[in-house]
Amino acid sequence: MPSLGADMRAGTLIAWKVKPGDRVKRGDIIAEVETEKGLVEVEVFEEGVVDQILVQPGEKVPVETVLATIRSEGMPVTPAATVVGAAVKERAPTGAGPEARPSLEAPHPPSQPPERRIRVSPLARKLAAELGIDLSTVQGTGPHGAIERADVERAAAKRLAEKAPTPPVSEKPIPPMREKPAATEFQVGMRRAIAAAMARSNREIPHYYLETRIDMSRALHWLEAENQKRPIKERLLPVVLLIKAVARALGDVPELNGYWIDDRLQPQEAIHIGFAISLRQGGLVVPAIHHTDLKSLDELMEALRDLITRVRAGRLRSSEMTDATVTLTNLGDLGVEKVYGVIYPPQVALIGFGKIAEQPWAENGMIGIRPVLTATLAADHRATDGHQGGRFLEALNRYLQEVAKL
Amino acid sequence: MTEAQIKETLFKVLGRIAPEAHLDKLAPDANVRETLDIDSFDYLQFLIGLNEELGIEIPEADYGQLTTLADLIRYLSARVG
Repeated sequence: MPSLGADMRAGTLIAWKVKPGDRVKRGDIIAEVETEKGLVEVEVFEEGVVDQILVQPGEKVPVETVLATIRSEGMPVTPAATVVGAAVKERAPTGAGPEARPSLEAPHPPSQPPERRIRVSPLARKLAAELGIDLSTVQGTGPHGAIERADVERAAAKRLAEKAPTPPVSEKPIPPMREKPAATEFQVGMRRAIAAAMARSNREIPHYYLETRIDMSRALHWLEAENQKRPIKERLLPVVLLIKAVARALGDVPELNGYWIDDRLQPQEAIHIGFAISLRQGGLVVPAIHHTDLKSLDELMEALRDLITRVRAGRLRSSEMTDATVTLTNLGDLGVEKVYGVIYPPQVALIGFGKIAEQPWAENGMIGIRPVLTATLAADHRATDGHQGGRFLEALNRYLQEVAKL
Repeated sequence: MTEAQIKETLFKVLGRIAPEAHLDKLAPDANVRETLDIDSFDYLQFLIGLNEELGIEIPEADYGQLTTLADLIRYLSARVG
C-alpha cells in the first residue's frame, strides 16, 4: 500500500486492474485504492510480470503492506519478486531499454540513496530522509527484510538515545497509525489527514509571508481577445495564466521549487505544481500538474479540466498525490483578497491568489482603476530568505504583464 | 422550446456539476453560483454543457447577465429556437 501523501495511514484496496501473469510497465494503473482523500489509481513504477496478488478487494491495510509482487522478466516465479506497495526496485538485466529511470519524474520526493538492493518502503525512505537516517544502517523487518517505517523509527530512536543531542528535524513527523479508530467516515478521515499535515507544517516550518499587488489589466485584455476567437469549449480561465506564470517564475527562482528534507533544501528540477482543489463534500486535495512549466496554456487548461473532473469524481493517480514540488491555491472565486497559506511539507513554498477585483491604482502620477490581483508567497525560512521570495514575486508580476509570451 | 423545457435542461446540466444540490429549492432570483458554490471552472463547464444541450455559444461578455435562474431562463429563451 503506497503512501499517497505524508498524512496517509491506511488504504482499502477497491479493485485490481491486473491479474497474475499480466505484463506491466512503468506508469500502468494496476489497482484502485480508497484513501482518506478519495479513490486513487495506483500506478506501478516497475516493469515486469504480475506474480502474486496478496491483498484482496475490500481489505483495508496499513501503508507499507505488500499488495502484490511483480517479477522482472526472465526471473523465476515468486522468490525475489518486486514488491508492489512497499515498492522496491529490482531489475534483471533483460536488455530491454536503458537501465536508468527517467530522471524527471521521481515517484517520491526525497533523495534516493544509491541502490544497493536495500528493500525499503516509500514511506520508510521518505521518513529516513527526513530524519537523516542512513538506510544502509537500518535493519529491515518487513517481507524479505524490507525496511519499513517502524524500522526507521527504531533506528532514529536508537540514534537519539546514543547521541542524546538536540533532536533532529522533529520528534516524530507522522503520528502513529495503529491507534486510528475504526470510524472510517470519509470526511472525518480527510479532516484528520489535513490536520496531521498542517499541524506538522506549523510545528516545523518557520513560515515567512510576502505579498504583492499585480495589475491584471494587460493579462485580462489579452485573455478576453483570445477567448473571443475561441469556441466556448476552448476558452481559457484566468487561473491558467496564473499557473503558467508561477511555473515560469519558479524557473527563475528554483529555490522555491523543492523539498526541505534531511536538514537541507533539495530543489527539484521538474516543476510539478500542486493545485489545490476543494471538494464539494468538504476538504481539499492538491494533485500535481506534472511538468507545469513545459505545458502550453491550452495544455494546462486541458490538464486542469482533466484533474478537476477526476478529483470531483474521485479518480486521482498515485503519482499526482505525491509528486507536487510546490503548491498553488486560488481562492479568488470566493471573493477572498489575500491568501496566507500553510506550506505542505516537505515542500518549501505555497503561492496564494485572491480575487481579481477593480481597485484604485496609482501609476505615473495618475490614479486609475485597474483589475488587481494580490499574490502572496508563504515560504520556508529554513530554505529561502525574503530576498528570494521577493525575486519570485517580481518575476511573477513580470510574466503576468506579458502573458502572450507565456 | 418552452421555458419549462429550458429549465429542465438547466437543471440537468447543473445536476451534473453539483450533484448534491437540491435544485428544486433554488429560488428564481437566487445567485446560482453563490447558492450552489460553483467556482469559475464549474461555471465554464456549466456553459459548455448548455452549449452541448442547446447549441448556444454564450460570449464571455454576457456572463454578467446570467446571475440568477430567472436570468438564465430569460437569456436562453430569447436565443433558443
